[in-house]
Amino acid sequence: MDVAIKIPTFSSTPTGAPATQAARTKLSARGINFYYGNFQALHGITLDIPEFRITSLIGPSGCGKSTFLRTLNRMHETIRGTRLNGEVILDGENALAMNVTMLRRRIGMVFQKPNPFPKSIFENVAYGLRVNGLASRATLADSVEKSLRRAALWEEVKDILDRSANALSGGQQQRLCIARALAVDPEVLLLDEPSSALDPIATGKIEELLFELKKSCTIVIVTHNMQQAARIADETGFFLMGKLIEFDKAPVIFTNPSKKETEDYITGRFG
Amino acid sequence: MTAEYHRPTTDLKDTLVRAALWIFPMAILALAALLVYELLGLSVEARAKFGWAFLSSKEWDPSIEDFGALPYIYGTVVTSVLALVFSLPLGLGAAIFLSELAPRGIADAITFIIQLLAAVPSVIYGLLATFLMVPLLRSTINPFLKQYLGFLPIFSGPSYGVSFLAAGLILAIMVLPLIISISREALLTVPADQREAALALGATKWEATWQVVVPYARLGITGSVFLALARALGETMAVTMVIGNTPQISESLLAPGYSIAAVIANEFGEANGLHLSALITLGLVLLGLTVLINGVARLLIAASNRGQGKAR
Amino acid sequence: MKRYFIRRTINGFMLALTGLCTLTAVSLLLVILGFLVYNGAASLSWNFLTQLPKPTGETGGGFANAIVGSAELVLLATLIGSPIGFLAGVYLSEFSGGRFAFLVRYVTDILNGVPSIVMGLFAYTLIVVPMKGFSVIAGAVALSVIFIPLAVRTTEQFLQAVPQSLREGALALGATKWKSVATVVIPAASRGILTGMMLGVARIAGETAPLLFTSANNQFWSSSFSQPVASLPAMIYKNAISPYKDLHSQAWAAGLLLLGLVLTINIAGRMILARNSK
Repeated sequence: MDVAIKIPTFSSTPTGAPATQAARTKLSARGINFYYGNFQALHGITLDIPEFRITSLIGPSGCGKSTFLRTLNRMHETIRGTRLNGEVILDGENALAMNVTMLRRRIGMVFQKPNPFPKSIFENVAYGLRVNGLASRATLADSVEKSLRRAALWEEVKDILDRSANALSGGQQQRLCIARALAVDPEVLLLDEPSSALDPIATGKIEELLFELKKSCTIVIVTHNMQQAARIADETGFFLMGKLIEFDKAPVIFTNPSKKETEDYITGRFG
Repeated sequence: MTAEYHRPTTDLKDTLVRAALWIFPMAILALAALLVYELLGLSVEARAKFGWAFLSSKEWDPSIEDFGALPYIYGTVVTSVLALVFSLPLGLGAAIFLSELAPRGIADAITFIIQLLAAVPSVIYGLLATFLMVPLLRSTINPFLKQYLGFLPIFSGPSYGVSFLAAGLILAIMVLPLIISISREALLTVPADQREAALALGATKWEATWQVVVPYARLGITGSVFLALARALGETMAVTMVIGNTPQISESLLAPGYSIAAVIANEFGEANGLHLSALITLGLVLLGLTVLINGVARLLIAASNRGQGKAR
Repeated sequence: MKRYFIRRTINGFMLALTGLCTLTAVSLLLVILGFLVYNGAASLSWNFLTQLPKPTGETGGGFANAIVGSAELVLLATLIGSPIGFLAGVYLSEFSGGRFAFLVRYVTDILNGVPSIVMGLFAYTLIVVPMKGFSVIAGAVALSVIFIPLAVRTTEQFLQAVPQSLREGALALGATKWKSVATVVIPAASRGILTGMMLGVARIAGETAPLLFTSANNQFWSSSFSQPVASLPAMIYKNAISPYKDLHSQAWAAGLLLLGLVLTINIAGRMILARNSK
């Protein structure tokens, strides 16, 4: 099966671990079955997320990719009536049995619509540190600056740290949310369609910074934008109706998928 | 791979906080229970002595310890119904104007003013009723009514100004903002395409409003009427200042009367023993009435919210 | 053609009629304000605000004690009622769900609809009887029982209005549930809740019926919390029904003061809320 999808390359070529080098598994899911009440939303999802890579999860609306993402940092527990079977393993440890706030420090999340707190820019980034008891007076300002730099936002906000976060544009707010998530130094960063609410330029900025981030952080991104996945992902998983149809290196998925459903989705026959 | 059911783990502090907070809603439940308990307790003397006949007896004489609630129930009901008779057409008309016919800016400003009307303390209404409305009634309106409509039993008999009519009028003014704001909200939640469908069929603006929009909102409007009724039933200060404080049942609206809330307000301070118990029993009757009517009102409004689509 | 003409006339007529209804409703407020200002301003004098009432029959005096008394009652009632109402509202909105919350909300709504005079009866049986006398405490309790359902409702309303995405954002950063509520959700809703409480304060400041046989009245300064106390609403009532013209003008002046206070708080509060929601 040969399908034609152009994979555009970034202006800045990645440095660091070459994509060909085998990466160890950072986070894995084994046999995840997930239920909203009586409705089964996920069927036996099993996959391995490699360290220091960008893994993208694609699929049509309602296929369960966001639901799956949320099981990785146990955000599903905030909703009543949900049930989870299976295993989530972080660095060899059982993620489902460990203290959930500890887990969420190690696995951070950025949401679809930017959700900055109605506080100042500084306080937004500092929040994770404060709440986890990592904020010492001496290091707080430095940590905030470091996170804002990692999120490629420092130059734009360094003079207005006391302003309300709501004063920023949509794209800036999303990068602020990324900075906020990065402040607690997570090992894994989950992003749930982070640029679907943003314009192309803002989207581009976020994709660039993800490319930089993957050197120090494992990234899992859910997106319904196939071109985005093709641009930035190292590994890609295709979800359909709550099942993981195919999981492979991104170039393989987008040029030579082995399942027909994947091919149909990639070529736009549905979704 | 093993499949296990994973319960979400909760932090100890979360459980502690939740338990500590739980005390407060429980306190509210306890408060409500205590309210009923205390009222039942202190009314037992009168209830034991008179039984259900309390509600139908017309006599109220502290000196011979004979108490009956009928004149007060009568006065409460008559003044409240009168209040609705005056305020419903006026309120509904204003609500229709504000939701359907007025331009948005003006409607918002006027609605703001109406909400302020709702915040005026009842004793202020009482002041105005006493020094403005009653003299007006006595000097102008009552004679007018007697002259042209005196043949009607509701306008018969001598008139002093303080009367069922005076109380009904001031109550009407007090519940008017309630009817306007809730009816307006009910009208605003009627989907726009209802009105548009009527207009597209050639109806005039008024016809579309009156024959399509208003019936669609009838649940919410009826709910507002019940809420207004509950409010009028329990109103004390303004009523007691202008109703005349005479426990009698009269067919004439121009005669003085009494209401449950008014007699409690006037006699409670000096009462004891059976008298006190009888007054508390009256309070219990009032509580039961208002809780019932409020309950019906909330059911209607909830049903109205469920049935409608998005607000325009 | 004739039929259409009739319909058009009715249309115009009804339009005018409903407009008239609205005009009537609005002018009522203007009439109220107008008469209060007219009668109240004429009587308002510095004496009223600074002097105590004179014995019955004598002219002069004022209602300074009623102003202070009202302040005491409202302050105490708010102190008692706002923590209970607020924390109950927090529990209902953030920490519970299902049947218990439904029951508490239902009961709170019922309490909201209880006539204020019945609340006065309640405070009488609860406080006045054991204490064998009228007091500030009894009046404050009566007012607080009216205040609590208002506080619960406004707290819940504004907490519910905080978008779920903010809660999730805090939890995803590793905050525990109670921390996320305390440091993100409540601050986000704080402006609305405070304003709602303000409006509640305005409401209880104007209540008369529950005070009639709890805090009653007092011709002098209130000496302690276990003594009866004068209050603006009670004083207005007592003076208005007295036969003395002197006292009538004091009632007008006090009425103007009370209404001015209540309306100012309401206007300020509602304007803050309107801006909050933009």
